[in-house]
Amino acid sequence: MNFKDNKPIYLQIADRIGDEVLNGHLQADGKIPSVREMAAQIEVNANTVARTYEYLQQNGIIYTKRGLGYFVAPDANDTVVRMRRDQLMQNEMDYFLSQLKAAGVSPDELNKLYTEFLTQ
Amino acid sequence: MLINLAGNKKVLYLCSVLVKQYTKTLTQITNNMLQIKDLSFSYRKPNRELFRDFSLDLHPGNVYGLLGKNGAGKSTLIYLMTGLLTPAAGMVTLDGEDVRRRLPKTLSDMFLVPEEFELPNTTLSQYVSINAPFYPRFSNEDMSRYLDIFEMEHDVKLQSLSMGQKKKVFMSFALATNTQVLIMDEPTNGLDIPSKSQFRKIVAQGMSDEKMMLFSTHQVRDIEQVLDHVTIIDQSRVLLNASLTEVSTRLAFRPMREGDQPLLAQAGVMGTFVVVPASEGEETQVDLEMLFNATLQQPQLVAQLFEQ
Repeated sequence: MNFKDNKPIYLQIADRIGDEVLNGHLQADGKIPSVREMAAQIEVNANTVARTYEYLQQNGIIYTKRGLGYFVAPDANDTVVRMRRDQLMQNEMDYFLSQLKAAGVSPDELNKLYTEFLTQ
Repeated sequence: MLINLAGNKKVLYLCSVLVKQYTKTLTQITNNMLQIKDLSFSYRKPNRELFRDFSLDLHPGNVYGLLGKNGAGKSTLIYLMTGLLTPAAGMVTLDGEDVRRRLPKTLSDMFLVPEEFELPNTTLSQYVSINAPFYPRFSNEDMSRYLDIFEMEHDVKLQSLSMGQKKKVFMSFALATNTQVLIMDEPTNGLDIPSKSQFRKIVAQGMSDEKMMLFSTHQVRDIEQVLDHVTIIDQSRVLLNASLTEVSTRLAFRPMREGDQPLLAQAGVMGTFVVVPASEGEETQVDLEMLFNATLQQPQLVAQLFEQ
């Protein structure tokens, strides 16, 4: 049940920025706040935010322009979706499935629920 | 040739920038830090030794959390670091100068906010005009910004303020001095709930790569997210001195699993939460309170884990 563990703060911030990309608040090639601005905004240490940005950059979600700051990568949306999917499948699905099994939910029931959910 | 070169402003400027950068990196490498070296100290009455051969280095760009039990010597250490007490042996230096000499150069580059303090019977603007000249990098603009974040009036009579308000005014001034070293003893004591968040905001905003800040505290929850380094002292020793990134790669803070051999286990509503050595690639959010308790209970184990 990895997803219940508490993630380090730098990854929590990365998740938050990922959310902003998915809900369209952060657009491709849009500028994101500097490390210091972000640190002050969310009241955390600047080194933590620097680590978040490094992580996001390594994963191709943001990029830097020398002297200008950090920007959202053109394909950030796809990257975030792919990373979330990987995380879901690798870490969270096991726990979810074991809960379903423990509660006696049949594959048909699950199928019906999910199909209904998608058509909502 | 020389005249020609001197006439060329661009070249001159470039040279001065290079020299500045070079000297900057040079000082950063050699002595740009607060160094506590082989420090010993005891109070005469009662005859109790607080520190013996105590050493610790603080580097620019970091926010340190100084943790220790009551009576562990946190405040004493702070007074030694700022030259207010004289060590029996050893020395504290800032940029290579003994802080005990209390040179203007040193005093204008460090600021201490003690746990309790008195402010004079003046207005805030009088206070600023009297005290700001001692700090060459003091910024009125920063001061106003911090007062705004704390939702404080810009000109007030200092005696009419409550203790919490005094603290907010004094901390705003302290940060606005832009000294290289800023030390605060129990900064969030006496602050109301909204001011604790405001405090984190001004610290995150006022911090820079050139500064080092150190906060001693028992209220770790108030400040843990603005720290990047933790120093735990007990019985005149440094039990742990590590960056939080390092802590999070050596120790994991999470719900108990089967087969765990925790350094510390704490039962709660949501189950048992443990501190265990982190497995390869495992990284969790550091819980400072649990880190503190684990370090005090298992000092040898913790020391071993951090030696590797």
